[in-house]
Amino acid sequence: MSKPTALSIGIQRGKLEIKQFMRQRESVVFTMLFPLILLAIFGSVFSNSIAEGVTFSQYFVAGMIASGLVNTGFQQLAIMIPMEREFGTLKRLRGTPMPASSYFIGKAILVTLSMLVQVFLLLAAGVIFFGVNLPQSADKWLLLLALLVLGSACSTVLGIAFSNVPKSGRGASAVVSPVVIVLQFFSGVFFIFTDLPQWMQQVAAIFPLKWMTQGARSVFLPDSFATREVAGNWETGRTFAIITAWLVVGLIWAVRSFKWERD
Amino acid sequence: MSTVISVSGLRKSYGSTHAVDGLDLTIEQGEIFALLGPNGAGKTTTVEILEGFRDRDGGEVKVLGFDPATKGRTGQIWRDRIGIVLQSTADAGDLTVYESVSHFATYYENPKDPREVIELVGLSEKSDALGRTLSGGQRRRLDVALGIIGSPELIFLDEPTTGFDPEARRAFWQLIRKLRDEGATILLTTHYLDEAEALADRVAVINRGKIIEISTPALLGGRATSLATVSWRDGNELRSEKSANPTQLVAQLSSQFGGEVPELNVKRASLEDIYLEMIGGTYE
Repeated sequence: MSKPTALSIGIQRGKLEIKQFMRQRESVVFTMLFPLILLAIFGSVFSNSIAEGVTFSQYFVAGMIASGLVNTGFQQLAIMIPMEREFGTLKRLRGTPMPASSYFIGKAILVTLSMLVQVFLLLAAGVIFFGVNLPQSADKWLLLLALLVLGSACSTVLGIAFSNVPKSGRGASAVVSPVVIVLQFFSGVFFIFTDLPQWMQQVAAIFPLKWMTQGARSVFLPDSFATREVAGNWETGRTFAIITAWLVVGLIWAVRSFKWERD
Repeated sequence: MSTVISVSGLRKSYGSTHAVDGLDLTIEQGEIFALLGPNGAGKTTTVEILEGFRDRDGGEVKVLGFDPATKGRTGQIWRDRIGIVLQSTADAGDLTVYESVSHFATYYENPKDPREVIELVGLSEKSDALGRTLSGGQRRRLDVALGIIGSPELIFLDEPTTGFDPEARRAFWQLIRKLRDEGATILLTTHYLDEAEALADRVAVINRGKIIEISTPALLGGRATSLATVSWRDGNELRSEKSANPTQLVAQLSSQFGGEVPELNVKRASLEDIYLEMIGGTYE
């Protein structure tokens, strides 16, 4: 029998997390189908063009992909981990030789897979039903990839960190979901960001979702649209810097506050 | 015989409450050791310090030669040798028994065969059933399977049979004895005195953060030498007498009645009587 390593156990945990996820119908529906339902509603209600060659659906899909990073990472983990804490899953794991890192590797695998599936579903539905245009250049695809990797990592560590905020597993969804929904409204997912009141824009600029949506727009919208952003350009450098800063904050917060048991 | 757990002068406070207040304890290899005590006596705190779940404020603790507060790689090596069965859990409802047990096997260097462990705890027929479809007793046996999959030298069992029917409890006790016979040391906490009596080689009674007494179930609290109560029927009257020499009294009665004594009953204090007296004695 070869010695188990943190990585090999982490991969085993990832498989198990996915298996459990697939068997929970509510989580599949809530995490995967809900964004598609939103896309269907918003795409049908707002069928107008918002600029030369840019439909609302195009704008909205960019925003929903950024939201997808938040849903599959932050929201999923900040609801799931408090429940595992309440059910004793975490305490039981703590009592085994499983390295703590394996648990987080497993979660990262679950988030990555559900994020990829979600992005794929949104793009497929957008292209098929709402005439959304896919990026045309390799540069844009590369930018998308970088955004997904960094954004998902940021969202994951913040979800792990925030999992210590809800006081109970049952109450977690009530604490976490409003945070996400408010951020979505403030960050220009459901509305054109520049149409929002100034103060809302300024609050949103503190949090990473605003930057993720802006980054996603820089991938999916024509470069001509950049002049209509707040700064008059895509601010790609600043976007990545702010998401990275949140990743670091989340990492420190998560490491310092993570608890395996309820108090 | 080697020592598996040694504790001396263990202390732990929460605010101004001394949950554990200078506790000493030694558990030898191959023992089934039961820790008894009322709620709030410091039982859970003590066990959780031994399990490495809680830090202590003071005292010496060695479990399998390691300080349970050890973290990191050394902590993992130590955890590889112990098995913990926590109080009621309800996790992993969406995995089958086999999936859970075989997954936990990947955490350990020398795991037992998952099929054998499932067989040992009597869940073979439920091997492919989802966790959430199991009954309370089956759920508990799954907990035990997950606790012993790593071939532990020391097993912690926290109130293992709460909610079991009498038949399931007997079967469970057999399982615990079997694990001990395979060489494991077992530290058991329980509220059931008959469970401690049936299983434990030694019991410790803990109250107010201290050990009041450590003994075999038969000798605890001077039980073996306590007065026996002899009762019988004399005409219309039920009579009883406490006696240090019950055999002599019965012989006397027998000759008095010319053979059979009507409704004869000789009763010694049960473990529960002794225990209640012990913990009651410390409540002023």
